[in-house]
Amino acid sequence: MDVIEVRKLQKKFDSVVAVDGISFSVEKGEIFGFLGPNGAGKSTTINILCTLLDPTGGDAIINGFNILNDRDNVRRSIGLVFQDPSLDDRLTAEENLRFHAKLYGVSKADYRERVDEVLDLVELKDRRHDLVRTFSGGMKRRLEIGRGLIHYPAVLFLDEPTIGLDPQTRAHLWQYILKLKNEKGMTIFMTTHYMNEAEYCDRIAIIDRGKTVALDTPDNLKKKIGGDIIIMQSLEKEKLEKELKEKYDLKVKREGDNLQIEVADADTFMPKLFNELESKIQSIEMRRPTLDDVFLDLTGRRIRDEHASERDMMRSQVQLRRRG
Amino acid sequence: MEEDKIFAGSKPNFTYSKSHMNFTAIYTIWEREIIRYWRDKARIISTIIQPLTFLVIFGTGLRQTLATGTLGIDFLKFMYPGIIAMNVMGVAFFSTISTVWDREFGFLKEILVAPVSRTSIALGKALGATTVASGQALLLLILAPFLGITLHFILIPKLIFFMILLAFSISGLGLLISSLLKSLESFGLIMQILIFPMFFLSGAFFPLTAVPNWMKALASINPLTYGVDSLREIILSDQITSGEAMKIILHSQPVNAFFLLAFSALMILAAVVAFNKKN
Repeated sequence: MDVIEVRKLQKKFDSVVAVDGISFSVEKGEIFGFLGPNGAGKSTTINILCTLLDPTGGDAIINGFNILNDRDNVRRSIGLVFQDPSLDDRLTAEENLRFHAKLYGVSKADYRERVDEVLDLVELKDRRHDLVRTFSGGMKRRLEIGRGLIHYPAVLFLDEPTIGLDPQTRAHLWQYILKLKNEKGMTIFMTTHYMNEAEYCDRIAIIDRGKTVALDTPDNLKKKIGGDIIIMQSLEKEKLEKELKEKYDLKVKREGDNLQIEVADADTFMPKLFNELESKIQSIEMRRPTLDDVFLDLTGRRIRDEHASERDMMRSQVQLRRRG
Repeated sequence: MEEDKIFAGSKPNFTYSKSHMNFTAIYTIWEREIIRYWRDKARIISTIIQPLTFLVIFGTGLRQTLATGTLGIDFLKFMYPGIIAMNVMGVAFFSTISTVWDREFGFLKEILVAPVSRTSIALGKALGATTVASGQALLLLILAPFLGITLHFILIPKLIFFMILLAFSISGLGLLISSLLKSLESFGLIMQILIFPMFFLSGAFFPLTAVPNWMKALASINPLTYGVDSLREIILSDQITSGEAMKIILHSQPVNAFFLLAFSALMILAAVVAFNKKN
């Protein structure tokens, strides 16, 4: 049985269509990623799935419950880690967990059993009686993940789980997420706009402007690019482009000052290129395709944009201020 | 690693149920309010100092001037029940308006996405604020002997009853406002156009028996008026003659109780409706 099944989900805000007929399903035990730039409709989708928002069209089944008419059972079926911190920092780690467990109807006996298990998992056992306001950003995130698990949900939702964290903490957090999948068989649904994080997912849906433009494993998506990517810089751009097209029958993409080609096997193609090419090249770079290339290929734009990083910076500043 | 119960998803590990009024949820939200209040010592101290300053500075200052007036009672004694009611209102209001902070700091989302009804959430919040506000008001009764007021123990349950009613009404109001406020910025405005006028139009500082009609009208929709009136009637019952009481008491106790009850019900209801609007 699929843990999540989404059918033609749609959400309109006045005239803006935030989610435009998205369909997908998430299998038990997999990490399913929603990849797309900010504003693509990822958080709106999560908000609909966790019943904080009503869709304007379509529906979804989570753990066998319909989000439209079985709200409370849907809510019990999911663990949620929001994009922004949502802990009470005047309470201790354990008080936060207990509050959550009680609201989700976890019995006292079950709670006592689970609280150790969960704190163990996120390695916060020795900090259980400390106020959350003394925690670092990474610890807070881990506690939120632990809290999302204490009612034993069927699926864990992570909305941009590593946003505002430094790279080291980010990598660390991923260890916990992968541990959850590998050791506990947890089903995880996550959104991200970080390429390298999407690579951890078993399958990803690439979202752009409220639509899924592709859905597959990261490897398969990259295979669709057709091999390796070679980027060249030359003062004789026109000549080089013509030569590449005529001699090798290649599609040449212009990326600013660079020319970009995709070849099946760059390792053997590059020496050949050096021997035969008449045009002068100033620099050459070869790399394996990334999900960013997939996104570029599908939408004609890059996923990374300046706005996103600016917003992230603002977000982490806000968090710093709050912590103080 | 053996598989443990987090390995869920195959079948739901809970029963099929609709949650309406959930007492565990109400209790849990209530408990959090109490813990937070108890931990914030600075807030406790400031809410105790505030009524003291009012009594000492305001009371002592005006006492001389008003001694020759027609009040018929020592001004400090007159003001004391009003100060207690104001304190109830202040604490209850601040405790519930903290929901705006919860929204700002994200915790509200954790509450709103839990499988509990908005009614339970609102009741838990309001009862938490009510407990804290009435508890602190009880503490202020210690001051009575210093003002020359003897309080019989028999009056305490009556006082508690009205303190709770007043606290609950104001909590409802605070919740309604916090469900409408989307940010902290408008908070100062609310203080200016709502809270201060409510304080000053409550009869805490001067009797409302001989004021212009427009002021009477405004005071009659102010829940604090009824709170001040009821506490004053109880606290001063042994201190003044019925003739003196006529000059300062507005309503009978059943009227006070009825207004406060109706007001609370209305506010809580409105707050639940406001919270239920998905946004």
